[in-house]
Amino acid sequence: MKKKGWKEVPIGGVLKDKGSSVAYNSGSWRSFRPVIDLEKCINCMFCWVYCPDSSVIIKGGLVAGFDLEHCKGCGICAKECPPKVTAITMEPESKGPVCG
Amino acid sequence: MAEPLSIKELAKSEELLVGGHRLCPGCGHSIILRQMLHASEYPLVLAMSTGCLEVCTTIYPYTSWKTPWIHSAFENAAATITGVETMYRALKKKGKIDKDVKFVAVGGDGGTYDIGLQSLSGAFERGHNFVYVCTDNGAYMNTGTQRSSATPFAADTTTSPVGKKIIGKQQERKNLTKIAAAHDIPYAAQASPHNWKDLTMKFRKALEIDGPAFLNVVSPCPRGWRTDASETVNLAKMAVDSCYWPLYEVENGKITINYKPKEKVPIFEWLKVQGRFKHLLKPENEGLVKMFQDKIDRDWEDLQKRAGE
Ligand code: SF4
Ligand code: SF4
Repeated sequence: MKKKGWKEVPIGGVLKDKGSSVAYNSGSWRSFRPVIDLEKCINCMFCWVYCPDSSVIIKGGLVAGFDLEHCKGCGICAKECPPKVTAITMEPESKGPVCG
Repeated sequence: MAEPLSIKELAKSEELLVGGHRLCPGCGHSIILRQMLHASEYPLVLAMSTGCLEVCTTIYPYTSWKTPWIHSAFENAAATITGVETMYRALKKKGKIDKDVKFVAVGGDGGTYDIGLQSLSGAFERGHNFVYVCTDNGAYMNTGTQRSSATPFAADTTTSPVGKKIIGKQQERKNLTKIAAAHDIPYAAQASPHNWKDLTMKFRKALEIDGPAFLNVVSPCPRGWRTDASETVNLAKMAVDSCYWPLYEVENGKITINYKPKEKVPIFEWLKVQGRFKHLLKPENEGLVKMFQDKIDRDWEDLQKRAGE
């Protein structure tokens, strides 16, 4: 995002673009990334309800993967995935991107 | 009366707290706020006091909020939101607004137990229609972990540093939920993000209340508690299972305990995994652990008694 000059800044520092922080790549903080095995996932959605970074993607009511632009790799999703399921594992980023 | 929502129903609503904020990995605050926002069927206006949540979600020129949000200072989230709520009531009377909007103030323990307490007390007394949520991580984490009146006994913080003479924080914590309830407001409760069902239901209830409602939510902080980021939800669960953070509500003076652990987890289990308590692992500090446990046992007894059990 380009910084505004003082003349362009809205009075009172009002931020008019709601949810604009998505432009910031907090995913760059990550040293481990979550990887999900969708075959194992039972869609309990615990990962979704506990993710601090709104980074578990739900599509059509099902868990579809992670928003790696914003996921900080805290590992909560992997930890809270039920022990009998363990669909999520944390992989070191140093291994390079898993896909793409 | 508000009905509980399933996780699938919660997931249907729009994400109003989006990613790209600068909270530490594994921070409890955004977990709590996400759960609450997904649970509301009303449009919400939020006011936030200074703190990690406020600072990290609104790093200029970004905002992570997709719902109207206001910050003015550290000490006055309650005064700010009740001002907005009063304006809303006036506009509604004049027929200029017809929507049903709800008003929520959020503060950390610093902004609620300490700095914002008189503003909160005043808002309770005036009887505004709002919900106040305290996300309690037990210190001033945003400025580097200074003790607050919510900091637990014996915790190491930069202003209660553990050393040869000092054991960490030398005082007990303030019981703010009790103080809030003592205002005789219609609703006051304690919740935890690990129990999303209980937390979302309490928030939905609080929104329906006509008058002030108060929610105190335990918010594990990997930075200040010196814990692994992946442990946040588990630590909240242990806080509840040890009865350090009982889940209960006070409705028009009547206390209900919402959850009773089958077996109370010894507090040592919770203390020993947190760096802020690592001095308590030393054999010579056994007595401090016992003092910690005794206080929990006393408070739990007292709560059960007050609940008429
Ligand atoms: S690792 Fe943490 S931030 Fe990333 S998706 Fe899982 S819970 Fe969310
Ligand atoms: S210091 Fe604690 S409360 Fe603040 S952002 Fe970090 S984890 Fe969250």
